[in-house]
Amino acid sequence: MSEIAAPAALDPRELARLTEVARRIRVEIVRTVAHAKAGHLGGPLSAADMLAVLYFHTLRIRPDIPDWPERDRLILSKGHSSVALYAAMALRGYFPLEEMATFDAVGSRLQGHPDMLRLPGLDMSTGSLGMGISAGAGMALGARLSGLDARTYVILGDGECQEGEVWEAAMVGARHRLDNLVAIVDHNRLQQFGWVASAAPERTPHPPHWGGELVAKWEAFGWRVIEVDGHDIPAFVGAFDAAARPDGRPVAVIAHTVKGKGVSFMEDRYYWHTRPITPEELAIAMQDLGEPPGPQAAETAGGAR
Amino acid sequence: MSLPMGRAQREIFGETVTELANDDPRIVVLDADLGSSTKGDIFEKAHPERYLQMGIAEQNMLGVAAGIAMMGYIPYISTFVSFAVVRPLDQVRVLIAQTRANVKITGAYAGLFTGQAGKTHQIVDDVSIMRAMPNMVVLSPCDDTEAREVLRWSAAYDGPVYIRLMRDATQRLFEDGHAFRFGEAVTVREGRDVTLVSTGAQTSRVVEAADLLAADGIDAHVVHVPTIKPFPAAAIVEAAAKTGRVITIEEHSVIGGLGGAVAETLSELRPTRVQRIGLYDIFTESGTNADLLELYGLSAPKVAAQVGALLREG
Repeated sequence: MSEIAAPAALDPRELARLTEVARRIRVEIVRTVAHAKAGHLGGPLSAADMLAVLYFHTLRIRPDIPDWPERDRLILSKGHSSVALYAAMALRGYFPLEEMATFDAVGSRLQGHPDMLRLPGLDMSTGSLGMGISAGAGMALGARLSGLDARTYVILGDGECQEGEVWEAAMVGARHRLDNLVAIVDHNRLQQFGWVASAAPERTPHPPHWGGELVAKWEAFGWRVIEVDGHDIPAFVGAFDAAARPDGRPVAVIAHTVKGKGVSFMEDRYYWHTRPITPEELAIAMQDLGEPPGPQAAETAGGAR
Repeated sequence: MSLPMGRAQREIFGETVTELANDDPRIVVLDADLGSSTKGDIFEKAHPERYLQMGIAEQNMLGVAAGIAMMGYIPYISTFVSFAVVRPLDQVRVLIAQTRANVKITGAYAGLFTGQAGKTHQIVDDVSIMRAMPNMVVLSPCDDTEAREVLRWSAAYDGPVYIRLMRDATQRLFEDGHAFRFGEAVTVREGRDVTLVSTGAQTSRVVEAADLLAADGIDAHVVHVPTIKPFPAAAIVEAAAKTGRVITIEEHSVIGGLGGAVAETLSELRPTRVQRIGLYDIFTESGTNADLLELYGLSAPKVAAQVGALLREG
C-alpha cells in the first residue's frame, strides 16, 4: 500500500518563501532556455517544486563547501532537466545567477546535461537515462558502509522508468535495504514522443493514475512508496519528512506532476518537451509566472546574457 | 625454451584484492553472481561486509561502482569481462570514464579461454573499445606474477582502470620480484631480424615462438606491452628502429587493439612496416584452450610459422 503524503504544517512565511523559490526557478528555466535557444522546458518545469523543496528545505548541504563530506547527495537522473537543477543551485548560492546565461554554450560549467567535473555541487554526471538511480544506490551503500547518516536523493523521470537499469537498481536497493536512498519520480505522464493512445491520438498525457502502474512496480520491487501532488509544497515537505524516517526499505516518492507546469500554453503539451520559444511566447510565459514586465535579466545582468 | 605454467590470473585477482583490502578499508568488491568463477569468493570469505552482491544486473553494478567510488571507496568488479565491459558500456562511459571515478574494472575471462563457453563469453574487442574511452587506463598483464603487480598498482592509482585478466593458468614469463612499471613496455628478448610486439598471456607464447624461430635462423626481438593505455609510444618506436620490421601478435581482434595502437604510433612517428597477427573480424567459437590457439593461429608453433612466412614473403 502506498502512502499519501500528509502535508507538513509549514509556517506561512516558510511556505511563501518556498513558493517564491519555485516561481523563480521556473522564471530562470524559461529565460535561460529562451536565451540559449536550446534546452528542455516541459520536464524542468514539472520538477521545479521538488527542487525548491529539496534545495531550500530538505537537503543537508553547504553551498559554500560543495564537497562537504557529510552532505546529502542529489542526483538528477533525468539529466535533460539540467536547467531546472542549475536554477535551483544558482538561487541557493552555488554560483552566480548571471552564469545561467552561459547554459549550453562552449566552455560553460552549465552543460546541456550535468557534468560533475565542471560544476562543484553536482554529485554525479548524468544524461543517459536510467543511470542515476544506480549511482545513487552506490552512494547510499557507501554512506552506510562508512557510518555516514547522509541521505541520497535521485530524481527520475517517469519515462526514464522504461529503462531496464532502473529496475535492476530497484532490485538491488531493496535487497540491500537502502533506507537512506530516496527516488523521486517526476510523474508528469508525458515523454518526448511516447505512444499514441487509441482514445487520444494527439499524444495527450495519461490521466493521473494515483495508485497506478508506477506505484505498483516500485512496491513490487520492495520499495516503500509515498505519493504526493508534485506541485503541493507542504505535501512535498511532508513526503520528504516521512521518507527520512527509515523502516528498512528504500523510498520512492511518486510525484504527480504536470509537464510544463506554470506556463499556460506548455502545460500537458508533449511538444514542449524541448522546443525553441519565440519572444512573444516568452512574454506570455513571464506573465503566467508572475514575473513583472520590464528589462529582462539580459539587461539587469550587465549584458552577460 | 618452454615456459613453466603459472597460476590462473583469476586466482591472483581474488587473492590480491583480498590482501590489498586487509590494509585498505576503502577496497570493496562488487559481484554480479559470478564470484565462484572469478574467485571473488576468496574476498567474500575474508571481507564479507565489503563483498557487495549485485545480482545478475551488470548495468546497475557498474553504476553502483561509480556511486560508491564517489563516497571514497575503491570498487573492484567481479564478473566476466564481457559483462563488465560491453554489456554495461554506456554506464562505464558516462558514470565511470567521464567522471574519472576510482573504479577498477576487473574480473577475468578475457580472450579465448572461457571454459569452452564460446562467443558470448569470449571477448576479443575489449582492448579496442576501452582504448577509445577517454580517461581509461588499459592494462593487460602477461602472467600471474605481473597480474599481481598490476592489481597492486591499480589500488594506488586514483581513477578508472581496466585490467584484462584471463581465466585459466597460463605460462609464467616473469619471476617473483618482477616489477610492473606503469606506461612502460618490457623487452623480453633481444634480437635483430624482426620486432614482435605482444600483450597479455600471448606474450609467453610469442617468447616460445621466438625460440622456434631462432632454430630457423631468425633472431626476433620481443616486446611485451602490459600498459596499452597510455601507450608506450617511444619504446615501440625504439623497438621498431632496431629491426626495421614489426609484427604484432594478440589474442584479440586486429581491429583497434594492440596491432592498431602499434600501427597508429609507427605511421605517425616512424613509418615502419607493421603486420598484425590476431583475430580477423570474426566471432570466435567454443573449444578447448589448446584447440582454440591452434584454430586461430595463436599457439607458439603457429605464431612461429606465420612470422616465418611473413618474413619469407618479404
